[in-house]
Amino acid sequence: MRGRFRLGGAQVMHAYTWLLIGWLVVPISVMILFGFNDPSGRYNQTWQGFTLKWYGEVFALEALTDALVMSLIIAVLTALIAGALGTGIGYALGRFRFRGSGGLNLLMFAAISSPELVMGSSLLSMFVSVGISPGPVTITIAHVMFSVSFVAIVVRARVMTLDRSLEEAAADLGASGWTTFWKVIFPILLPAIFSGVMLAFALSIDDFVITNFTGGTTQTFPMWIWGATRVGLPPQVNVMGTMIFVGGVLIAVISNIRAGRRRVAA
Amino acid sequence: MDRVKRTLAPYLLVLPGGLWLLLFFAVPMVTMLSLSLQEGDVVNGFVFTGHWQNYVESIADYQTQLIRSLVYGAITSGILIVMSFPVAYWIAFYGGKRKATYLFLILLPFFVSFVLRTISWRMLLTDDGVLLHPLKEAGILPDDFQVLGSATAVIAGLVYSFLPFMVLPIYVALERIDPRVVEAARDLYASPITSFRKVVFPLALPGVFAGVLMTFVPASSDYVNSELLGSSETTMLGQVIQSKFLSSSDYPSASALSFTLMALLLAGIFAYARSLGTEDVMKVAAR
Repeated sequence: MRGRFRLGGAQVMHAYTWLLIGWLVVPISVMILFGFNDPSGRYNQTWQGFTLKWYGEVFALEALTDALVMSLIIAVLTALIAGALGTGIGYALGRFRFRGSGGLNLLMFAAISSPELVMGSSLLSMFVSVGISPGPVTITIAHVMFSVSFVAIVVRARVMTLDRSLEEAAADLGASGWTTFWKVIFPILLPAIFSGVMLAFALSIDDFVITNFTGGTTQTFPMWIWGATRVGLPPQVNVMGTMIFVGGVLIAVISNIRAGRRRVAA
Repeated sequence: MDRVKRTLAPYLLVLPGGLWLLLFFAVPMVTMLSLSLQEGDVVNGFVFTGHWQNYVESIADYQTQLIRSLVYGAITSGILIVMSFPVAYWIAFYGGKRKATYLFLILLPFFVSFVLRTISWRMLLTDDGVLLHPLKEAGILPDDFQVLGSATAVIAGLVYSFLPFMVLPIYVALERIDPRVVEAARDLYASPITSFRKVVFPLALPGVFAGVLMTFVPASSDYVNSELLGSSETTMLGQVIQSKFLSSSDYPSASALSFTLMALLLAGIFAYARSLGTEDVMKVAAR
């Protein structure tokens, strides 16, 4: 009797889990579906018929395409800069004990948990006070600021599990500290660094709030959408959103499968 | 020489990233604090006068929005705990080999831009939209039924936006529980409900706290959901701050409001972080 009761509870929770996943997917499905809609007017709000034409004309709206390209450029720059800086912090925190590491941890914790609204508005306060006009550069500065801690945490977690005997073995074989790092440690850390870089890229390309504050009139993909909501979104937005979604999911799935293979091989 | 290099190495590694955080996270906070105590306007410039009345005046003017933001945030986190716990529990204890797949499915919304997700909800909830129109046609809902613009719509949007941030930390906490501890409780004749209440739930509490931290802060400072799904009846403090900063250039009082919001939120976070240890919260946040 006891066993049956527990099984029943588990089945209810299983069904509920799928129900919740279904709910999470609803707006995503709407976004994908309305990329195939053929609206007669300006409003892509009601279903009027199936078409593939928006996939052919996905880059037809120059301003939207420019905004997407701007988002991509900023995301790539953010990923590279935050990747390099975050790897430095993560490696140092995982490998060495040093004065100030507590303060640095606290700073990173504060940067992760502060509301985006406050980080964005305080950056704008500073740019206004110093007289820097907002634009793509200030957006990139802001994006590196909020993503660097995430990279550092991902890299630190990997560094902490490193087998120190590898370094000793390299040293015994006559390798210098520098050589050991690049030939032994770096290749092991590379997957973690790669996940950190991808995380920074994803955080950057999706960011709206901080970009809203630090970007001035610069149009990124989310900013363009925000501006266009009042006049109605063209179906191209849905197509681009679908492409980003499918691309992101594919990258995540493939890197997961590869990580799984590595685990099996090791 | 080698020893000098050893002691210097961590500092050199940390320097660029640390400086970046200091310069573009910590310093701006100080600038904003200073700006919140200044007087003037955007044409003639702002002067620091220690004008703390900015705080008194702007809080008095917008206390409704401030309180509303905190209430919406609290309701959102409360709903999220109830909604997320069974899912996190099921994945942690019954997910088997598919745990990662289920977590991935929970994370799917993050592959769509935040603004675009919220606009999709607006399309669904709009009076004659894809969802409400058929329901009205079928007579399931009355013709004058309306949800867009209400507090319900805004809170539902907030719940949707931040759900993964509640599921993940609770899952992490539950996953760490040794099943033998639960078995021991059962062997000592605890009923399923008692063993949940006395063993599982207390062990999951750090995860619940982390989830509250990760949802309450973004939810109560959000302005996207209330702007797209709400009305003038649901205006949140974020919208006030955003328009004061970006439309009316009323920097001092916008800074004062922004600082007030952060002080209220951070006071709660740090009280919690101290009681649990920053390391632990960071670890949960990193997953």
